[in-house]
Amino acid sequence: MTSRRTRALLDPVVEANPITLQILGVCSALAVTKTLATALVMSAAVIAVLTLSNASVSVLRHHMPRHVRLIVEITIVASLVITTDQIIKAFAYELSKQLSVFVGLIVTNCIIIGRAEAFAMKNPVHLSVLDGLGNGLGYAAVLVIVGATRELFGVGTLLGLEILPSAAEGGWYQPVTLMLLPPSAFFIIGFLIWGLRMWKPTQIEQPDYRIRPSTITESVR
Amino acid sequence: MARMLLDRLMALPNDSATKTVAVALGVCLAGSLLVASAAVLLQPLQQANQERERQKHILEMVESLRSSLEAGGEAGELDVEARVVDLATGDYATSIDPETYDQRAAASDPAQSIEIPPHRDIAGLTRRARFATVHLALQDGKPRLVVLPVHGKGFASTLYGYLGLTGDTRTVVGLVFYEHNETPALGALIDSPKWRGQWPGKKVWGPLGDPALEVVMTGVDPTLSEAQHQVDGLTGATWTSRGVSNLLGFWLGDDGFGPYLRKLGREGDER
Repeated sequence: MTSRRTRALLDPVVEANPITLQILGVCSALAVTKTLATALVMSAAVIAVLTLSNASVSVLRHHMPRHVRLIVEITIVASLVITTDQIIKAFAYELSKQLSVFVGLIVTNCIIIGRAEAFAMKNPVHLSVLDGLGNGLGYAAVLVIVGATRELFGVGTLLGLEILPSAAEGGWYQPVTLMLLPPSAFFIIGFLIWGLRMWKPTQIEQPDYRIRPSTITESVR
Repeated sequence: MARMLLDRLMALPNDSATKTVAVALGVCLAGSLLVASAAVLLQPLQQANQERERQKHILEMVESLRSSLEAGGEAGELDVEARVVDLATGDYATSIDPETYDQRAAASDPAQSIEIPPHRDIAGLTRRARFATVHLALQDGKPRLVVLPVHGKGFASTLYGYLGLTGDTRTVVGLVFYEHNETPALGALIDSPKWRGQWPGKKVWGPLGDPALEVVMTGVDPTLSEAQHQVDGLTGATWTSRGVSNLLGFWLGDDGFGPYLRKLGREGDER
């Protein structure tokens, strides 16, 4: 049974990563990855909310009224998110201003309700906690990679420490301004998904339909 | 007894109306307890953060004035001092300690505030405190910078900010909003450096000595003489922009800091 636990924890990090395999939670991954620091705080917030919401939903799973199931889940998630937001505002005020609404928007992050519905409703508490932690770590891994790439190539720093001395301050590195704009996160996540699927071809989705060779051009010829 | 009741409730089928209501109520109660305790317990820390933030904004204005003085070849030494102003007369109220005076709490206390007549209440405040805390940056005892606390209704929230004027009250040094809840990426851009950068150097008073600062939605025409009082509004945030115009008009007018600024300006002229 230990293998089931390790799988619940580690599978979502690479094998079934919520962002790269399920393409969930991409919106916030684009918005908060301008610097590594915001990506880290956002990751911590999502890990905390996801673990606790999975645990609470799992505790209630045998008593969940069918008609208000989603409302109950969202109430739980929303309470946790507001609490997390308050904690960030108290202990990391500067970062909380950069994160602005995105901590609050964790409520609508598909990963959270997705895991509550798909996993926590059907599995015991300890597995649900591990699954929440694992999915949170999977989300965090992508955020940290994207955040680090964008900060390193966009400004030449990591967590505010100078790595590549930028030309503006007498160094040699010419920062890529595109990295600071939201589209760059799209590119990086795209390349990440591509790389991951090259490495693990089982993650490639089967096409829903095949395009047949065009019959019209054939007949014209 | 309670235990038995709980057991019986848990044994009910999940879809029974009683259990649905019970679970919903239980979850709501637990959630609100969590949120309320977090809000109450963390409030002192959050307020300390906001206080630091406010002081940082004031010091930034002092710093920008200092560097512009030094760039002009003048001595840049400034002493920063907080004082409480009686808004009705425009005199300093020396009996009130600016360290402990809380203007925002005073504004909602009937004993320490006055009601604003509705037709003059352009900033949507209903009441304002009788006294206000201003910050002065003094050079040899003469004010070079005065930072006024301003607030007023925006679109979704009350905007709280600081308006910095030069010692003669004629020119804007800066306008910052440290607290608001406007729409992100639209109204919330009032605290973006780009929008804030339009304010320094704007002229405060119109030809008749009336407050003339204004946010215009149609774009500032630099060929007109009004351009020296105007800044561009924010696209998609007409209400927020109008709110900023209104609160500046109110606080620079007779119901706000008008009497105080007239005295301050006159002192400046006499020197």
